[in-house]
Amino acid sequence: MSAHASLSLDERRRRPLRERVTTLSAYLVLFVGAIVTLFPFAWMLLTSLKPFAELFTLAFLPSEPTLENYRTVLGQTAFVRWFVNSLLVAGVTTLSVLFFDSLVGYTLAKFDFPGKTLIFVAILSTLMIPTEMLVIPWFVGVVDLKLTNTYFSILFPGLMSAFGIFLMRQFFETVPSDLIEAARIDGMNEFGIFWKVALPLVRPALASLAIFTFLGNWNAFLWPLVVIQSPALRTLPVGVALFSGEAGTQWGLIMAASSLAVIPVLLVFAFFQRQIIEGIVMTGMKG
Amino acid sequence: MSVPPPRAEGAFPSAPVRPKRTLSLKQRQALWAYSFLLVPLAFFVIVRFVPTLTAFRMSLFDWNTVGTEHPFVGFENYTRLASDATFGRALRNTAFYALIGVPAQIALGLGIALLLSRITALRGLLRALYFIPYVTPIVAATWVWQWLLSPQFGPVNTVLVTLGLPAQSFLTSPDQALPSATALVVWQNLGFQVVLFLAGLAAIPRSYYEAASLDGANGWYTFRRITFPLLNPTIVFSVVTGTIAYLQLFTQIVNLNFTDQGGPLQSTLTVAVYIYQVAFGRFQMGYASALTVVLFAIILVITLLQMRFLTRRFDY
Repeated sequence: MSAHASLSLDERRRRPLRERVTTLSAYLVLFVGAIVTLFPFAWMLLTSLKPFAELFTLAFLPSEPTLENYRTVLGQTAFVRWFVNSLLVAGVTTLSVLFFDSLVGYTLAKFDFPGKTLIFVAILSTLMIPTEMLVIPWFVGVVDLKLTNTYFSILFPGLMSAFGIFLMRQFFETVPSDLIEAARIDGMNEFGIFWKVALPLVRPALASLAIFTFLGNWNAFLWPLVVIQSPALRTLPVGVALFSGEAGTQWGLIMAASSLAVIPVLLVFAFFQRQIIEGIVMTGMKG
Repeated sequence: MSVPPPRAEGAFPSAPVRPKRTLSLKQRQALWAYSFLLVPLAFFVIVRFVPTLTAFRMSLFDWNTVGTEHPFVGFENYTRLASDATFGRALRNTAFYALIGVPAQIALGLGIALLLSRITALRGLLRALYFIPYVTPIVAATWVWQWLLSPQFGPVNTVLVTLGLPAQSFLTSPDQALPSATALVVWQNLGFQVVLFLAGLAAIPRSYYEAASLDGANGWYTFRRITFPLLNPTIVFSVVTGTIAYLQLFTQIVNLNFTDQGGPLQSTLTVAVYIYQVAFGRFQMGYASALTVVLFAIILVITLLQMRFLTRRFDY
């Protein structure tokens, strides 16, 4: 296009048309992509509603939708127990991460003290330690301390997260120091300033940290699989995986259990969606 | 990251001076900071650093959980893993996952994000649709994929046959299992990648684009000279965190074949799954620790190289 200020009538009419075509093709690609992306998810839901006889017929829609699979999952497996265990583990770790990661992030962003950079780098460097490497010493330690089959042993590794500290520090950097200074002059104590002044300003970050921590722990598999020995303590992923292994071909039940497992995550997401996007904006910005 | 120069005492007004105060303002700040960091630092030392050192130490022993004896064997575990064919296989597979998966998910994620940023109506809905796989529990998603790609009754094969194409064995064949498993992981991560890039795109000042279009820059040129350089931090973040995640791939792979972990002829076996088998299937904790040390070294080297070569400064 030319940079002329005065465009001929012809040109002026042509540009919107070309743009409209690009926009239309963008929509087309996006919708096709979304269908492909969603297909497995939709298939999971639809399969969970099929009666056993229909499982292998490949009809996309169940001809006689039934909640039979759900009844069986809820009635004849320990599903509810796994679900509650997972909620408990993910809930406790999320609360702990929110509190401690914001506190550390705030301290690293807004305080000056010897060793600040070293501490930050040390915490960040733990992101490079593979979970597999930690799992073996954790396991040996839990056995030594006779802590196997306790909720504590399942959730202690996730009580704080280096990624969350990084995220919260990014956000607290944006809180104006004048506000903190003003609160100091008012004689507020340092914890009060963090709790009442700084924390409310980073709500979006807390929301996104909450959801990612919750999701991460809701999905946590390796450590729970290793450390849980009593069936009563199984978390949802471990329960479903072992059940699948044992049940082998009970696809309808597996799909029903999987569909139920999506619900809490979807709810949390629907609730926080806007803040999450805001929160991610900051994460990907200054690496 | 640099520590700002120390502030001169009294650079800012402080609370009314109390007669009892003996600490300078700076010292008090530091004390508060350390008290805030006390519990978290203890956590990082006890739960992250000490176990890391323990893993290094355990790798020098024949540490079998079945016995009570843990004889010191020096570097024997390391000489053993150097000639471990299964470990070699797992390393090769893991390299494949990372080399194919990370670029694929970044390219697709960036493409979708660019398209989404072009449109206004339905943007929120479409964004949410792409995000759903990411919130589907990994174990669940993995089982759905097994079912979708199943050779006998999977819908994907039905579609292929209907179109007159030969049915494929996907996850059950040694040749196709690895790419199929990679596709599953990419599919799962795509939603997050899209949101990440949307965020990065939203942060680029509109005025840059306006200036470019006034100068008569075309779409490709604008992308190459404005969008891509300014997205660099987001791309680096995605590459580094994505690679670390792929090198530790476990949940999807172990669940794809829960009874036969590692897939047909070990074709989907990852380093993490192999470590799990050695440590908790055969109870050889010492040997497994040596394997984790190697994995750690690989992650460390790759991450540092990426940081070194990917972060560039763009000045405008």
